[in-house]
Formats: sequence, C-alpha cells, structure tokens
Amino acid sequence: MTIAQPASSFDADDTAPLLRATDVSRFYGDRVGCAGVTFDLWPGEVLGVVGESGSGKSTLLRCLAGLDPPTGGRIVFEVPAGPVDIYSLSEQDRRRLMRTAWGIVHQNPRDGLRMDITAGGNVGERLMDRGDRHYGRIRAAASDWLGRVEIDPARIDDRPRDFSGGMQQRLQIARVLVSEPRLVFMDEPTGGLDVSVQAKLLDLLRVLVRDLGLAAVIVTHDLAVARLLTDRLMVMKDGAVIESGLTDQVLDDPQAAYTQLLTSAVLTV
Amino acid sequence: MYVAVKGGEAAILATHDLLAERRRGDPAIPELSVAQIREQMGLAVARVMNEGSLFDPDLASLALKQAQGDAIEAAFLLRAFRTTLPRFGASVPLDTAAMHIERRISATYKDLPGGQILGPTYDYTHRLFDFALMANGSRPKPAAEAATRLDTHMPRVPDILGTEGLMEPEVPPPGDPKPADLTREPVAFPVDRDLRLQSMARGDEGFLLGLGYSVQRGFGGNHPFAGEIRMGAVAVEFVPEELGFAVDLGDITLTECQMINQFGGSKDIDPQFTRGYGLAFGHAERKAMSMALVDRALKARELGEAATYPAQQEEFVLYHSDNVEAAGFVEHLKLPHYVDFQGELELIRKIKAERVATAAAAAGTHKEAVE
Amino acid sequence: MSFAGSTSSEVDYNYAYLDEQTKRMIRRALLKAIAIPGYQVPFGSREMPLARGWGTGGIQITAAIIGPTDTLKVIDQGADDTTNAVSIRRFFERTAQVATTEVTSDATIIQTRHRIPEEPLTARHILVYQVPQPEPLRKLEPSERETRNMHAWAEYGLMHVRLYESIARFGQVTTTYDYPVHVNGRHVMAPSPIPKFDNPKMHNADALQLFGAGREKRIYAIPPHTTVKSLDFDDHPFTVQTWDKPCGLCGATDSYLDEVIIDDAGGNLFVCSDSHHCETRRASGHRGTMLGEAVGAKLAGDTAQGGRST
Repeated sequence: MTIAQPASSFDADDTAPLLRATDVSRFYGDRVGCAGVTFDLWPGEVLGVVGESGSGKSTLLRCLAGLDPPTGGRIVFEVPAGPVDIYSLSEQDRRRLMRTAWGIVHQNPRDGLRMDITAGGNVGERLMDRGDRHYGRIRAAASDWLGRVEIDPARIDDRPRDFSGGMQQRLQIARVLVSEPRLVFMDEPTGGLDVSVQAKLLDLLRVLVRDLGLAAVIVTHDLAVARLLTDRLMVMKDGAVIESGLTDQVLDDPQAAYTQLLTSAVLTV
Repeated sequence: MYVAVKGGEAAILATHDLLAERRRGDPAIPELSVAQIREQMGLAVARVMNEGSLFDPDLASLALKQAQGDAIEAAFLLRAFRTTLPRFGASVPLDTAAMHIERRISATYKDLPGGQILGPTYDYTHRLFDFALMANGSRPKPAAEAATRLDTHMPRVPDILGTEGLMEPEVPPPGDPKPADLTREPVAFPVDRDLRLQSMARGDEGFLLGLGYSVQRGFGGNHPFAGEIRMGAVAVEFVPEELGFAVDLGDITLTECQMINQFGGSKDIDPQFTRGYGLAFGHAERKAMSMALVDRALKARELGEAATYPAQQEEFVLYHSDNVEAAGFVEHLKLPHYVDFQGELELIRKIKAERVATAAAAAGTHKEAVE
Repeated sequence: MSFAGSTSSEVDYNYAYLDEQTKRMIRRALLKAIAIPGYQVPFGSREMPLARGWGTGGIQITAAIIGPTDTLKVIDQGADDTTNAVSIRRFFERTAQVATTEVTSDATIIQTRHRIPEEPLTARHILVYQVPQPEPLRKLEPSERETRNMHAWAEYGLMHVRLYESIARFGQVTTTYDYPVHVNGRHVMAPSPIPKFDNPKMHNADALQLFGAGREKRIYAIPPHTTVKSLDFDDHPFTVQTWDKPCGLCGATDSYLDEVIIDDAGGNLFVCSDSHHCETRRASGHRGTMLGEAVGAKLAGDTAQGGRST
C-alpha cells in the first residue's frame, strides 16, 4: 500500500523504502497486541498511526523501534549497505542502529531524558555514544540544537527537571535529532501538554520534519495532531489496521465505520 | 596527628591485648562459659548460627563470647571458619512436615489437624522486668506436662490448601537442578528462588525485618497471613555414596514460616494463594517471618507484578542483606584514605583559586571600563 | 573443629589459607581475566578472616598465586607501615611463610591499596590491586544486569557524558582518583582508587596487573604491554596532579605527595606517599628542605623505623 510521492521530494538514492513492515504481529499470551500489520515507509514520509488506547498502536511502535521483538513478521530497515531485518541483527547492532539511524520521542520526557544530567549533556550523549571526543564541538552542537528547538542556549547547563513540560519535550526532540537520524518514532509527542504548548510544539515538529527531510512514525490518539503532521494515516482497532491512505483522504472521507465514528467524535483543526 | 595513622606492628599487637582485656571485663567477676552462653543465650546463638550460615551451637556460643556479644562480629567469625570446611556433600532435603514440634501456630485457622501448639514464646508475656533474675540461683518451676500427647501428624498448612488446589504449588524448576551455592559461585542476575532464599537465610535479621515491614506497610503491596509458623527438631539425613541409602546425622532445631498471600491472577496464572517461605536455624521466628514476607515480594517478576519497591528488587535485597559484607564495607571507611583525599583537596583548592582569579580578572576589567 | 581448642590456629590451615581447589578456581578466573583485558570475571569469592572491604579480593589473588620462593610487599596509600598493610603482610607471613620486603625492586608480588609504586615495575613484578568497587559504570547505573549489558555492547557514551558534565560545571574533569580507563581499546575499567597521578603507569607496563574485588566477587587484569587510556576529550586531555613544592623530606619533584598538617594554624608539609621511594632517595643523599626541622626529622624517623620493622 505504497502511495506515489512527488519525485521532487526524493534524493536520487531514495529509491527503496526506508522501513518495510511485513505482517508484523505481537501477541501477549492469548492477547493480541497487534496483528498482520504491513506497510512501507519512504524516506521523508510521515506516517500517522491513530486509534483509541488499547488499539495496538503503541505495541506496533515498540516493535518497529526495536524495543520489543514481534511474535511474527519482519521489520526491514534500509541502511547504506542495503536492507536489514532489524531483529535478525545481534542485540548490539540493533542497539547501535537505534542510537544512530533512528530516534524515539517518548510521551513522557522522563523516559527519554536523563533528568539529573544537564541539557547540554542530554543533547550531547548520542554524539558521545557514536565516538565524538571533542568537548568544544559537542557543546557547540548541543547549543545549536537547543536554539533550533527554541530553548535559550544560555540554559545549556541547567537540568531538565528545572524545565517546563513543553521545554522537556523539546529537549527530548533535540536529544534525538542531534545525531541526524533518518527516521523518528514519536509516541503521543504532545500528550500531557497544555493546548497552547501543544500548538507550539506541533509547529516546531512540522518545521523540523520538513527542513530535515525526516521520515517519522507518529502514534497518536489525537486526530488534530495527525492532520497537522502526517502525510499518510493508518487507523488501528483491536490490533489490526482497518483503514489507511493519505491523511486528508482518510480524515475527510473515512471508509470504515469505525473511522467514521472516530472522525465524527472530534474536531476540526 | 600524623603518627597516629602510621600503624607499626607493635601498636597493632597492643590493640589485640587491649581487646582481650576489654572482652574479659572485670576479672573479679566470674568468666562466662561457652556452655552458659549456649544454654542461656539460645536466641542470640540462633541468630549467630543463621547469619554465620553454620549450625553449630558450640562454635556460635564461642563466637559470641569472643565477640563480646556482638552478633555481626560473631557471625563473621563463624563464616570465616565455615568457609574453610570441606564440602563432602549435601543432605537429603529436610522434611519439616516430620518436625518434632515444639511450637506450631496458624493464624489462618482456628483449629486444624494437630492443633495449635503454643510452646516456649515471649508472645504472651508482659514485658515487665523479672527482678528475680537479678539474683542468680532461682530455678524455674518445671512446665506442666500436657494431659495428652501431641499428634504425630502435623500437616503443614499450605499443604492443606494445596490439596484443594488453592495454593500455588511448590515445584522444582524444570530438570530439578542442584541448588546454587552462593558461597562458592558468584551470583548472576536475574536469580532464581534457590539463591534468593539462600541469601536471605544468611541475611541480616534487622535488614529483612525492615524490608518485610515495608511490604506490610504498602511498599510491596502484599496482604500476608501467617499461614503457619512451626519450630522444632528435624532430622538431617545424608546418603553416603558408598552406602547408597540415607543415614541419620542427627537433629537440628529449625523455625519455619509459611506466609499466605492473596493473588488476583494474571493472564497466565489463575487466581490462587501464593506463598512466602522462611526457614531459620534455632528458634528464630522474627527472622523466618521477615524472610517469608520478602520471599513473596521477590516473586514479583515470576508473577508478573511491577517490581516498584525495594523489597521486590532482587539486586537490592541480595546485595544489601549480607551484614558481614555490609559491615566490612561500611567499616573500611576507617582505613586511611589520605591519597584519595589529597586528590580531592588539591582539586577543591584549584577550582577555588581559579574562581577567585576569574572574579578578580572580571573586577579588573570592570574597573578599567569605569576608568 | 580441630583447631577450636588449639593455641596456634594457623597450623590447621592450608598454605596461604585458601584450600587448593579454591586457588585453582581463582587462577582460572585470573587466566580468563588476562585473556580479556579489563573484563570483570565473576568468581566465587570466599569469606576471609579479614573484613570485606579491607582487601579480601587482593588477598585472595595473592593467596592463589603466591609460593614459598616469592617475596611479598604490601602497601596501603603507598606506605608499607600503614595499619592494614601491616595486617595483610602479617597474614601472609603466618599462613604462607613467605619472605616480605619493603624494597620495591626486591618484591615479586606487590599487593597494593590506592597506589602504584613510584619506582617503575618490571617483568618480575606482579601488582595485585585491592578493589572496593570494580564497576566503573556503577555510579551512573545501579543495576548490575544493565551495566553488564553496557560492557557487552561497549556502550560507553555515558562515561563521557559524566566527563562532559564535570567540565561543563567546573571547567575540568573533577575525578581525581579511581579515574576510569579504556583497556586494550575494548573495556572501560575502574583502576581502583589510585590517584589519577598513577594512571599513566598502567599503560604498556612491563608488570602483570591483577585486580581483586572480594565483596563484589570480581577479578580483572591488565596483561603486560597493554594499552590503558584514561578517558578524556581531545580538547580537554587527561592530566595528572602536580605540586608546587618538592617532597619536604627527600626533595622529589616527580612523586605523588601527601599533605601533613604540622600545626593547628594550617601549617603543612608535603611528603612522598610512597614511603619506600622517599627512604631510598634520602639514603642516596637527597635531602628535602624540611629534613632539618624537628617535624621533618620526626617523620623521617618514623618512616625509617617502619623500614626496619620487618
């Protein structure tokens, strides 16, 4: 179910999907987490996964992001050497991929930040992970990224616990993006924030994703977030994808009865 | 001053003499015999045997004498001796159902086969001084014999529940492997229950008591019932290779506690009662009960419960319950650390000097600017 | 219990206290440790008649490798006559009937706590370190399961985050002892609480270096001629401590100095922490500025007396 993209948005080598999920399932005993999920994600594409809590979207995200092996199916990621099944890699190689090729923005900043390490240390960690050993350059990169996520670089030596919720979430984004991943997974990135703070964060995310040409998978129960950020949408219910397509198409002309219910229950952006 | 940290063999030897003198106390007062300690300080002896991991009332009494009654120091002595003993084998699993009961109570049943046997306990005493003990020589009147003999059949309470299928069964792990021995092999986490129980059996009573108490107060979320506490002599049997059948080596006194806990069930496990188990040398109910509470709390992982609290975290419990190790490391702070301290001292001075210099330079710049 | 009533308890113990099976177990752990430099090998640490935290790891290693032809030197804080060094030396004199020395070059085994001798060690030496906390990542990650994964996957970025934090806050790395090192380009290792001054001596050393943590039940090693790099940043290179003044007793300018408070008004004197090094220099005619003063003479006398006591 790939969707044609305007050729201009691709670089010359972007001829293969960045992430290819085939029949991904995750069972917990008899309980279904997610089942039979198949899709391709192209470089620079933003995919939304919507559904109510318990629909399996977070389970799917954990499988895709390398945090939780699926019970069945394959998740293939495109690296310079070619496509690799991420769960056929050694745990060490998979973790390296997780720290360099993609990033995860957690709903709760506490899960994504080190609360007792300064903002600069938080942003610099991935650079040090990959072997950067020049303090000045690490600090300059951290400072630059704080600016890009609209945190005053003068606060580089403050700790996240002294930041507001919105700032913590932006710091988490800087921490992930500093290593220039090609793909970002976001789990309810605006959850738990005030409406005005949410709007600012969404705006920032939209700009960053566009400017960096990032691919992203965004899990949300908030259709407004999906409409604003995503190119394509998958609707999940009881662990299965029941509808997918271009975001505007799915939201404006939902086919499945459940999607119609979802879209009618809410909002206009 | 400086000379004080310079040891010198003579000074160390002198401390040994001073210690011997202090241990003996006033020589005009008659010396305690090891037999007196063994007979009259039985609960202290039990604690030393538990934390020293060796059932030997005579040596535990000697350890208490040598350690001036310091239970941890005495346990240390016993352990340092135990570690040198040859291991010639393991006993047949002890059958506590066949215990020669001195005390057996259940809080979950008013009456049960075999009955409630109260035995020797402080539980029903008022904690008032018995000043008669100030003067030696009094002899307690002999306790009256019961009119009827104890039942020979004293089933363990969890076994009674087990026949109804209401109690989590105690089954060995697949293949029934030999239990690990934490005194011979390093522990690798996560650990199975054999190591957890072994570690707690030698663990500090006070530490386990605190952890068990924390579970009860809600830092662990269990709702325990004292299913049964029993104390008495149990036969130790051993199968020598050359004989091929079990030989009775003698009896040891044990205290066993089985806690019963509600369990709501999970996706894989039906709702049932789960158990916490405690076993200790000698008469040591507080130790056995604390151990049983923490044993149940440590089952969090197997039962799919969130391990949020200290008593549920095996690394926390196992690493910190050993009082001989803990005391050694806490007390090693008495060793000289002046080389490390010197490093810190230099650093603080350096940082302070740099900050003063920076401030002075800034003040100078400011002054220039003003001028 | 044969020795319970004996007056001379040591006669009932095996040579060097540990039984031969235990020694073999420790030697196997040592061989593994030498084969994987800097890797912490779990071992069945025994309960020793000395307290945990008081050198039981080092004592077990020494007991496993010592023989009647060895010559043992024991130092604590660089000095041969500190209380625990005396106690451990006595332990091996009693249980292993081994010759002991304070002369670094005469020793075949040197058990140490918190220092590396100033005199360069040679291929004839084995240096046995007492280690309180073998896990360099422990302060960052309390769980043993997690730190073992971090080592297995060589995920050491967090160590540099710690250095980064220190520079960001204080302008320099504020770790002054137990300064983490990267061994053989693979494992990050705790060098035990030696001052960072001693770290460079570990690099490409001629001597075999063995590390024992009794309470934590770990053994690790640095074989001779192995790279040992102190963690740092390219633009904040690792440096060692320096002093403005030479040793007050022997005038040495290149040794680690301890500060001695000589009066209640903050007066101080700096002297070599390596007591044997200091004595050797004085014996060959080097004289510090304080040697003529009463306090200097007294200190020199104390250490010289320590030198004769064996």
